[in-house]
Amino acid sequence: MSATATTIENAPLRPSRGARAFIHRLRNGDEIAHIITLVFASTILLLAILLVCILWRDCHLSRAQFGWAFFRTSTWDPVFSQFGALPFIYGTLVTSVLALILSVPLGLAAAIFLSELAPRKISDTISFLIDLLAAVPSVIYGVLGIFVVVPLMRTTIGPALKHTLGFLPIFQGPNYGVGFLTAGIVLTIMVVPFIISVSREVLLTVPRDQREAALALGATRWESTWKVVVPWARSGILGSIFLALARALGETMAVTMVIGNDPRIATSLFSSGYSIAAVIANEFAEAFSDMHVSSLIELGLVLFLMTFILNGLARIMIIATERGGGRPS
Amino acid sequence: MKKPMLAMLLVLALAFTAGAGSDAGTVLLNAAGATFPNPIYSKWFDVYHTAHPNVQINYQAIGSGGGIRQLLAGTVDFGASDGPMTDDQLAQAKVKILHFPTVLGAVVPMYNVPGVSGELNLTQHALAGIYLGTITKWNNIEITQANPGVKFPNDDIVVVHRSDGSGTSYIFTDFLSKASDDWKNKVGKATSVNWPVGLGGKGNEGVSGLVKQTPDSIGYVELIYAIQNNIPFGKVQNASGQYVKASLESVSSAAAGAAKAMPDDFRVSITNAPGAASYPISSFTWLLIPAQIQDAAKLDAIKGFLKWMLTQGQDYNEGLTYARLPKPVIAKEMKAISLIQ
Repeated sequence: MSATATTIENAPLRPSRGARAFIHRLRNGDEIAHIITLVFASTILLLAILLVCILWRDCHLSRAQFGWAFFRTSTWDPVFSQFGALPFIYGTLVTSVLALILSVPLGLAAAIFLSELAPRKISDTISFLIDLLAAVPSVIYGVLGIFVVVPLMRTTIGPALKHTLGFLPIFQGPNYGVGFLTAGIVLTIMVVPFIISVSREVLLTVPRDQREAALALGATRWESTWKVVVPWARSGILGSIFLALARALGETMAVTMVIGNDPRIATSLFSSGYSIAAVIANEFAEAFSDMHVSSLIELGLVLFLMTFILNGLARIMIIATERGGGRPS
Repeated sequence: MKKPMLAMLLVLALAFTAGAGSDAGTVLLNAAGATFPNPIYSKWFDVYHTAHPNVQINYQAIGSGGGIRQLLAGTVDFGASDGPMTDDQLAQAKVKILHFPTVLGAVVPMYNVPGVSGELNLTQHALAGIYLGTITKWNNIEITQANPGVKFPNDDIVVVHRSDGSGTSYIFTDFLSKASDDWKNKVGKATSVNWPVGLGGKGNEGVSGLVKQTPDSIGYVELIYAIQNNIPFGKVQNASGQYVKASLESVSSAAAGAAKAMPDDFRVSITNAPGAASYPISSFTWLLIPAQIQDAAKLDAIKGFLKWMLTQGQDYNEGLTYARLPKPVIAKEMKAISLIQ
């Protein structure tokens, strides 16, 4: 009894300084903050891992049945239990990339105008409105798509594109108003606020010295903006673009309302298609067979992996551009 | 903030104990399933609760597939579905599952053909051919012959179907499977199928929106949706060769036509039912009830509700534009209630 008591008494002797420091830090709140933030941070990691594990476990039926063919085949037939993910992967990528091609120049130009050229008052008002746009539920954008973009696409945009760029295979074939291009346009409207909002904030953090130095060297205002300010903020702008991409990849409601929901791989952007998120939302509730449910869950896993890979690429790009210059460190 | 939370938890806890304890007086039944009959089910459960305050039925309209899965998992007391359970699914169940038809539904074709107004007559071959992609033009002879005097354009038909899994698609593909062997062998019937052609619209509103906006298009929606939204729709050729317009009467008549050959487990498709007045794209929707219920209070509650639903409950159907069950079916179901023990 006494032996254990002494060891207990002796043992904390050595780290007692550490313990005192710990109590000191505890009193300062540092340690508590550290622990709390660590717990929260690891919860997020844990959630992500848990999600992948559950998806992986619940799609074992379709993994066992189809293997890698799941990624190579394009038949999606719940009646005869044949499931291939290719048209959905294609549709998701095409609509998201389209959205980026349209939204990046638009968003970046708007952000540059708001941060560099517009008077502060106007800039702040417009930014406030843009932040509001980012909070609009996606079903509203879907309704906007059905009642505005789809008719416009069928009667105006589509025929105009066919007339001018009709020699390109991507602008050929019948145009019903719904399809890849319409989905891309609706996604553009949805993700542009993200790009503008984040890019503007990043551009505003570029120090005045940078601009003044460029102007002092004889650069015009545009030259200082394009050659100094934008490169300085490059990593933040890239970040905003990938945030937009992530939103576009996972968007469900607005896409399913305008894409045509027809699993096919077509060169024409007028063609109807399907996306991963849309097919999951459409079919999950009424999926009868286990294989159907399992395949839909595997699609969820595929979407998760696609987002993961694209985000990884984003990180690599950001690191590469930072090393290649831009922000002086 | 804290006090109302606590109070709410307390109420919830009370509700749970009341539901679980059979002697507490109140019976709480949980059910889940089809969305199509949700309006009438909500009405029934509400009216029944008012008449029998000790029985409360909580229905989640999560879809037929979800209802069947939850029933098999034992997380609900009973389920509901627009399509009968398959033999495989019944084999998975721990206890025997009984089917009880509750109301009738129907699916109608709607179209948007420039220059064509009024009701079109659609043959079974025409509908199957259009959805198979073998009939591609509006002036196809299969369509024009059934509609003498109507001038059709020489335009491509834009086919629209449901993109979300739904009982509506199940009924429609079940009908097409009977109308065409090609459809039966190549596509089959299910809540979602591999459509040979066409665009997908989400929900009845998605399909009707696409059809209204796209010239030369054809789609299908629930009869109730079409009636409530004043959407004009066409007549469909039935098994006797007559062109019948969908209505509560012609749907009930299809059920009556099928009632003679009704199997004892009620799992019957009434698409293409015999009878000159029968509308061919009709279907029952079912409650799925376990044959053995351990809890005596729940057993009484379910049996009581079923009896009420088959008698007084049917009077609420027309108000919500559901077709009522024919008398022979009701009589047969009344007998089947005794199978629940």
